[in-house]
Amino acid sequence: MKFSLNWLKEFVEVRLDPEALAERLTMGGLEVDAVGPVGGAVSGVVVARIVDTQPHPDADKLKVCQVDCGQADPVTIVCGAPNARPGLVAPLATVGTKMPGGMEIKAAKLRGVASTGMLCSSSELGLADEADGLMELPADAVPGAALTDFLQLDDSCIEIDLTPNRGDCLSLKGIAQDVAALTGEPLKPIEINAIDDLCDDRREVVLDHPELCPRYLGRVVRGVNNRAETPLWMAEKLRRCGLRSIHPVVDVTNYVMLELGQPMHAFDANAIEGPISVRWARKDESLTLLDNTEVSLSEKMLVITDQDKPVAMAGLMGGLASAVTADTTDIFFEAAWFEPADIIGRARDLGVHSDAAHRFERGVDPLGQRAAMDRACALLIEIAGGQCGPITEAVREKEIPTHKPVGLKRERLDRLIGLSVADEAVMATFQSLGMGIEVSDDGWLVTPPARRFDIAEEVDLIEEVARVFGYDQLAEAIPGGDLPAVSIPEATVSLSRVAQVLNEAGVSEAITYSFRAPEELAMMGVDNALQLANPLSRELSAMRTSLLPGLLKALEHNQKRQQSRVALFETGRCFLPESDGNTRELDRIGVVAAGLRHPEQWLGDDAKLDFFDVKGWLQGLLGLSAGAGEFEFLPAEFSWLHPGQQAQISRDGQAIGWIGALHPNQVKKAGCRGVVVAFEVDLAAIVGGQVPKALPVSRYPSIRRDLNVVVDNRVRWREIQQIVEETVGNLLTSLVVFDEYTGQGIDVSQRSLSFGLVLQDQASTLTDETVDQVMKTVVTQLHDQLGAELRG
Amino acid sequence: MEDITELLSSAQGQIALAEDEAQLDAVRVAFLGKSGSLTGLLKSLGKADPAVRRERGQAVNQAKGELQQALNARREALAAAAMAQTLAAESVDVTMPGRQGSVGTVHPITRTLNRIIEVLARMGFEVADGPEIEDDFHNFEALNFPAHHPARAMHDTFYFSDGRLLRTHTSPVQIRAMQRMEPPIRVIAPGKVYRSDSDQTHSPMFHQVEGLLVGENVSMANLKGDLHSFANAFFERDLPIRFRPSYFPFTEPSAELDVLWDVGDGSEPRWLEVLGCGMVHPNVLKAGGVDPERYTGYAFGMGVERFAMLRYGIRDLRELFDNDIKLLNQFV
Repeated sequence: MKFSLNWLKEFVEVRLDPEALAERLTMGGLEVDAVGPVGGAVSGVVVARIVDTQPHPDADKLKVCQVDCGQADPVTIVCGAPNARPGLVAPLATVGTKMPGGMEIKAAKLRGVASTGMLCSSSELGLADEADGLMELPADAVPGAALTDFLQLDDSCIEIDLTPNRGDCLSLKGIAQDVAALTGEPLKPIEINAIDDLCDDRREVVLDHPELCPRYLGRVVRGVNNRAETPLWMAEKLRRCGLRSIHPVVDVTNYVMLELGQPMHAFDANAIEGPISVRWARKDESLTLLDNTEVSLSEKMLVITDQDKPVAMAGLMGGLASAVTADTTDIFFEAAWFEPADIIGRARDLGVHSDAAHRFERGVDPLGQRAAMDRACALLIEIAGGQCGPITEAVREKEIPTHKPVGLKRERLDRLIGLSVADEAVMATFQSLGMGIEVSDDGWLVTPPARRFDIAEEVDLIEEVARVFGYDQLAEAIPGGDLPAVSIPEATVSLSRVAQVLNEAGVSEAITYSFRAPEELAMMGVDNALQLANPLSRELSAMRTSLLPGLLKALEHNQKRQQSRVALFETGRCFLPESDGNTRELDRIGVVAAGLRHPEQWLGDDAKLDFFDVKGWLQGLLGLSAGAGEFEFLPAEFSWLHPGQQAQISRDGQAIGWIGALHPNQVKKAGCRGVVVAFEVDLAAIVGGQVPKALPVSRYPSIRRDLNVVVDNRVRWREIQQIVEETVGNLLTSLVVFDEYTGQGIDVSQRSLSFGLVLQDQASTLTDETVDQVMKTVVTQLHDQLGAELRG
Repeated sequence: MEDITELLSSAQGQIALAEDEAQLDAVRVAFLGKSGSLTGLLKSLGKADPAVRRERGQAVNQAKGELQQALNARREALAAAAMAQTLAAESVDVTMPGRQGSVGTVHPITRTLNRIIEVLARMGFEVADGPEIEDDFHNFEALNFPAHHPARAMHDTFYFSDGRLLRTHTSPVQIRAMQRMEPPIRVIAPGKVYRSDSDQTHSPMFHQVEGLLVGENVSMANLKGDLHSFANAFFERDLPIRFRPSYFPFTEPSAELDVLWDVGDGSEPRWLEVLGCGMVHPNVLKAGGVDPERYTGYAFGMGVERFAMLRYGIRDLRELFDNDIKLLNQFV
């Protein structure tokens, strides 16, 4: 809501300067977005009258004007405006004036003729966005007067960003009430007199749904000259509130809406037939609205109809067929009250936005229709003439919302705001807000005015006291230490620790959108991902079932920007559709990596990241759970992964994720390049650890023995590992594979593996004989179970 | 006796000339070896006159000792020289870069989130969680949004065809926390939230931290004190702040917390809104199973991106979700 401060001053005394008022409003709950001059206040511009015009001797489109600007002699101004004519009163920017665009007016010769100033259009002065000629001022304006004085341009525009509960402040009258309360200044009474009926024209009004429209006032005004000029004072007020002057009828309805908050509508009385009904539309009816949208009406849509057809959508917008134009002479004014809940549902469903709907859906004063009607008729007759018929008022009083008194307990007020406000101040606050107040046993009974729709309970009253008193005046308690210490579950690995492990491996965290393109998820074989009903775009329409697509997108982004090494992880939620229609939300952690293993440097090699780099990172994460679970890497057949470089990961036999190099086709499809390795596991499976339990460190020396065996290619290291572990038992403190060899000297179906065993006893020094015996058994077991042969 | 002195000085001369261990050893053998000249003198003592034998014996032994000392000294000198040479050969250009691995970073949002959580955790708040797919009840109805209230229009909601929705704020966790816990309650709920809006200052997915404190006699003074203290701790300075009346259906009275922020472009510092807060509406307490007659509470909700942008000077919100390594690497 944008308004003119001068106009506001017609309703309330204001002594604060505009900035101070803006500050007070903001701190009172009416947040001021902007405060600034109204535009057009250009010093050096005066009222001037063109006395004479002559054609320019050397230019067809220019005129040489003699202009009276209040001095003894007229001045000569060269002007190209089509409407420059003798007798026209227009603004003149005198020499030295700085125009809003920054140009300074100088005495100059235009095609050889001296000109000492510039006659201005309204747009040149910043009074309008566009203009097609000189601004025409009233003929009785006195030449020489400063335009700033003449138009009262010493004014400020204040724009407030209203919260949706404060529909009552969508008018100057409403804002004035809050200003009075917030500044302690008195309201100025508004006098609106009833207008006499001078003709008999009237239309009956029938309310079919008084629960949705309990009051409807209609009135005919006949013989209006809608080609009359809207007076400058009115056009200026509208402009300063952000509205353009159109023609007197529309201007008057807008004026009354801004002033009193009551949206009105004017029909061309000759375009509507017979009596008016406020009823639900019938299902085959339709209506073309003023903004040219055609609406197919359906039942339960409240419309205004004449005897045959809908002519307006109640509270939203009028129909085009009955619209008032400049040629309209007879009009029918509507001032009604509509149930907010009914309007908001429909305005939203239809996507109709109008100033009227904006107000009706937030709640308009249910008692303000008659005053608005009288005000509008008086203004219209003053501007455009015409004769009023009698007001027809259809009303169902019991459906008009009324406010019951709301109780406010003294103790409750003090307890919630943490401060005791004096009785008199509490009383004065409610009075200044136009509320009725009575003292009760334990506090007060407060009756809000009908135009306030946000006061229903005690806390609403408490907020009124707090905001008028000023939140900045309330106390600040020192943060208390009266709560017990919060325990920190040590067995759970923190996300910070997880991030740290990956950071140290050179993996950075990414955060990607939870919604993706369906085909990105289809790449992983998912075709039933949860779809948004109203996505921003198809690319962001399906809830992710995996972190991989988002991470690939981030990889692509970085590879396209010449990054030679990209390693990213994300922890986030995936949304897994279940057979019963529910969705399981699962936090996962994912990694993608591609490019150089190490950053390029003079000492290093240019090796690329591979499966085992990324597996190493994953093992680092799995290690965080400190042996609380047993992890396995099992053969797998995930379609998006390289068939020879992938595994399913399990914890204690439960599948928790996958790891692998991406299938080259998928790398290409994702717009990425090179070898891309990725994994994804359930977060819960890696953060579930245990509190460390220390074991004694053996005091006896350890013995290392190395073995080099040749095995069939199908034999997995894991099998060798298991046999060694089982055979050696507790004596084994570590088993490390240090070489894998294929090639010369070894059959193509085989490979050679070298590994070292470190043995140690907790209770004694191991003898060579014991160790030899153990190693002999290991070799035998490996041979018998896996066909492993000792090599070399 | 002169022959001994002569021999010694000849030996010392040769020792001084020895340039490596082998040459030195040759000198040792020549004088002290089995058939060395000094050894020869020692052997010849037996034949000497007993009168001179003693004196001459002492002289030979002394010469032998001196020779041995000279040999040792030379040997050490040679070793030291050899070491010095080796070390000289091993010298490096210390200004060449060291061997480095890559170091990853946490995302600036996570960094901010962690900072917010850490400050609040020290103030006694416990972390709670809730689903990102919510129902109308938890996201709106229980939070006192009437069915057709304009306040719903402030939340551009993503819906699913079955009526479920992506939570538009972390406030539903308030309801879940109250349903699960008994007062006094002091929880925060960090997480992702969603609104169907996208431009330089709006992302369809962003992060919030919700806070809820419910107890007996919780007042606006607690709200102001705790959040002021939080803001000071987060920004590490005493920023001017203000609590400005606002409107949220689930709090009454409601406020926005603004901080006076110097954008650093030479313009006047401006009030910037950093979080919404207020006293928990009695209807919300009721929906959470808490008796509003006995308990009061405050709640707040802050936009993590907002804090990240202020703290780290990030300009475009959407850039945060491009995950450009050039941006991420700045948050080591």
